[in-house]
Amino acid sequence: MKRAVMLLAVLIGLLGAPAAVAAQCPRTSLGDIEDEVMCPVCGVPLALAIDAPQADRERAYIERLIADCRSKDEIKAALAAQFGDEVLALPGDQGNDDLGDVLVYVIPAVGIVLAAAGIAFAVVRWRGARGPRERAHGGAPQAERRLEADMERYEL
Amino acid sequence: MRRVLAPVPIAVICAILALVGLLAYGLAANEPDRRAEQSLARGERAAAPQLELPRLSGAGTQSLADFRGKVVVLNFWASWCKPCRQESPLLDRWHERMKRLGGTVLGVDTLDIVGDARRFISEYELGYPMLRDKDGDSQESFGVVAFPETFVIDRRGRIAAVRRGPVDEAFMRDRVAPLLGERA
Repeated sequence: MKRAVMLLAVLIGLLGAPAAVAAQCPRTSLGDIEDEVMCPVCGVPLALAIDAPQADRERAYIERLIADCRSKDEIKAALAAQFGDEVLALPGDQGNDDLGDVLVYVIPAVGIVLAAAGIAFAVVRWRGARGPRERAHGGAPQAERRLEADMERYEL
Repeated sequence: MRRVLAPVPIAVICAILALVGLLAYGLAANEPDRRAEQSLARGERAAAPQLELPRLSGAGTQSLADFRGKVVVLNFWASWCKPCRQESPLLDRWHERMKRLGGTVLGVDTLDIVGDARRFISEYELGYPMLRDKDGDSQESFGVVAFPETFVIDRRGRIAAVRRGPVDEAFMRDRVAPLLGERA
């Protein structure tokens, strides 16, 4: 009986061990990282670099680090140590938090606002220009009515 | 008179012109530096750009200026580059020949993982000095756009020959060997 209990305990321990290791190992994946880092030779995010030997080596390196239980931040730091800060694709990731990192977010927002304002301005102008033109041709409905009356009068 | 200078068309024209200007600038800025070849085509040798990089194995840095007085075959390579595998044994053989005659091959491992580069060197038993350019900064000054690329630098620090692509025995014999006979 005692032996059976011990065997059961060992079995539970063996089953639980991989789960414990997995819990200690930070969960990250190649897909989670490759859109946040660059392929330095291709000049595009790693996720978009297909069929590039350098990108394949970089992916293999990331996978080795994932297998080595490294966290996402640790892997990005390791990549920066290998290739320099330019390998980090996200603004602000390079750690210098300069004006450029802020502008990356501000410029598109300002662009969208300006484009919306431009469209609104163009619509207002177009409607404003159409009004007087219609007033200038304001006789059109009147002329139509007159034509109808004439046609009725002459029974055409 | 018809109004053609309304603000909206002006803004659209300006935006289009700005876009075209930006594209033109982008194209011009990405044009690789070909000054070395242009000088060679005129029968001149341009001074090699300065280069100082960390050693791939070991501490400290090394510069091109350290090799002044020697013929230097400066080879930009990476472990992931397939044609580099083809030329590396040849470069190593030539390095052994050149050593006695005041010449050297100098490798620049570019945009590479250090472990992979060291495995490559060990696999091909390369004995020539190696520098490491982790972020590829030196590429721009030499106009390197692909790997491998090789620049032959004479004893006076001038670029005497360029090969965009793997070197072969004929290139080494015709473009490097004669320089070994030149005086500094």
